[in-house]
Amino acid sequence: MIGEMLLEAWHSMRANRMRSVLTMLGMVIGVAAVILMVAVGQGAQMSVNASIASMGSNLFIVLSGSATSGGLRMGTGAMPTLTTGDAAAIAELPAVGAVAPMVPGTTQVVYGPNNWSTVVVGTSPDMLTVRDWTIARGSAFSEADVRSAAKVAVLGQTVASNLFGDQDPVGRTLRIKQSPFVVVGVLAAKGQSLTGQDQDDTVLVPVTTAQRKLFGTQFPGTVRLIMVQARSAALMRQAEQEMTSLLRQRHHLPARADNDFDIRNLTALANTAAQTTRVMSVMLGAIASVSLLVGGIGIMNIMLVSVTERTREIGIRMAIGARRRDILLQFLLEAVILSLLGCFIGALCGIGGAVAAHALAGTAVVVTAVSVLVAFALASAVGVFFGYYPARRAAAMQPVDALRYQ
Amino acid sequence: MPAADVIVLQRLCKAYATAAGAVPVLRDIDLSIGAGESVAIMGPSGSGKSTLMNILGCLDVPTSGRYVLDGSDVSAMDGDTRARLRNRVLGFVFQGFNLLPRADLVDNVALPLLYAGVPSAERRSRAAETLARVGLKGFERYLPSQVSGGQQQRVAIARALVNRPRVILADEPTGNLDTHTSGDIMQLFSALNRADGITLVLVTHQEEVADYAHRRVMLVDGRIVSDQPIPRSASAVEVSR
Repeated sequence: MIGEMLLEAWHSMRANRMRSVLTMLGMVIGVAAVILMVAVGQGAQMSVNASIASMGSNLFIVLSGSATSGGLRMGTGAMPTLTTGDAAAIAELPAVGAVAPMVPGTTQVVYGPNNWSTVVVGTSPDMLTVRDWTIARGSAFSEADVRSAAKVAVLGQTVASNLFGDQDPVGRTLRIKQSPFVVVGVLAAKGQSLTGQDQDDTVLVPVTTAQRKLFGTQFPGTVRLIMVQARSAALMRQAEQEMTSLLRQRHHLPARADNDFDIRNLTALANTAAQTTRVMSVMLGAIASVSLLVGGIGIMNIMLVSVTERTREIGIRMAIGARRRDILLQFLLEAVILSLLGCFIGALCGIGGAVAAHALAGTAVVVTAVSVLVAFALASAVGVFFGYYPARRAAAMQPVDALRYQ
Repeated sequence: MPAADVIVLQRLCKAYATAAGAVPVLRDIDLSIGAGESVAIMGPSGSGKSTLMNILGCLDVPTSGRYVLDGSDVSAMDGDTRARLRNRVLGFVFQGFNLLPRADLVDNVALPLLYAGVPSAERRSRAAETLARVGLKGFERYLPSQVSGGQQQRVAIARALVNRPRVILADEPTGNLDTHTSGDIMQLFSALNRADGITLVLVTHQEEVADYAHRRVMLVDGRIVSDQPIPRSASAVEVSR
């Protein structure tokens, strides 16, 4: 019976081709918009997540605290209170996984006729663990290199390509602040950070080398900041507490004094960013759903016209034995077919549009089966919802009135 | 003669509600029609013929009174049961043919079988058989607009006939046809009445059409004013055969 009804509905739609196409257009646009918007939203979410992953997970940075001298308050990090000793001590804490002290400085690096201004970071081999970074070529420097303040360097991809072009930098010697450094490795590419910085534009050297030979200060052994990775996400809070009490103890701070350091939870920041894009993604979907709703109202409109136009047909069908539910089913099926067909075409357009946006504008897009399925489910729900009222009006007609209609 | 009454009307009234109050259209109609009878209902315009026909056809409900069709009381039925009666017991033929313009002839004829739940293949073969029976073999794939008025009315009769009804109700079946075609259609009706024993009730205002029936009911102002058999000698059926 349903099969027959489907066929009837199909015939009636074909008989009114123009009207059917126009009705479907609303649905097509609605579904295409939903799929495209969700694809763009999820694409943005994906690139944010990738940036977060590239930063490393469960991260803290520990900064030197601010200093007040003669009423003048300096910014964070003004007083170099953190030392490599602090970093080593933090590494012993139970909740802490890996620790990397950082002594960064911007300087010119030179190889032959090429030179490049970049951030040279004095650190420990653990940096790679903390930042979840891998070596593309060669190797990282070792703990022994740190102990002996060896003049070795590991290059980021951007630096490597700017200084060496297509050549393999491993084993070659470049100059940083006049001192010769042997390149022992090249880092894998990481891309942009959340704030758009090129994370590959950097050179890593042993922290001791940076302290003694590159960025000497009047405070020997100090570091600008320490990157700390907790053992797991669950241990973040514990790690923070352990670090705070350890550093207060090591810095001999009296009970009522403020911390002379600052612990920042990077993962929390990243999660906020992820949250923001998620909200944006949901909002895009919601806005697109409104167009789906408008498409549904279009279907209702046309179905109402169709019911009025076919009053006589309804009368004839009733006169030869159609029950109310037969008439209801017929018009409901028409509405559902219209919306499903519209949805199908819309899904193709939406996916096509997403692919085109990616190809032409380079927008990150993610078309998931879920978004397509949700659009389909929504469209058929809209079809049934907005098809029901006209169908009920058709079914509620009195046979004798319907037959009399001219 | 009639074994049992297939249609029984008792004190049947129908009034339409208007702004000026209820306007009675049918008043205290008492009528019994036996199985196999053929009855012509006649009367001037506005006498209530069509209203009576719609009630007989279960398309409309009486305001009061009883209507018993084929042994069951229609007045007490819900819409679905009446739809079932229209589908299985009755066949309706209209003045304006009332075919579905976009469906071909065989689909038009098969439509009642769709609502009777008959499987597709059987529907098609029964519809084609019935079309052949009303003399339209070979016209299965035509659209209603592609055949003449007389042929369209034959299709409508085939549609009324296809589900093997006990009663055929024809409301001015020849009203849109020329005299010659009218004669053909009426002969088809009386053949069905005689050969198949299908009860025939027709509304007309043409004497020569009414003459095909065996009994004539006159309706004036919603009341039956006369109800008498048409003398056999005057019956056009006898003359034509």
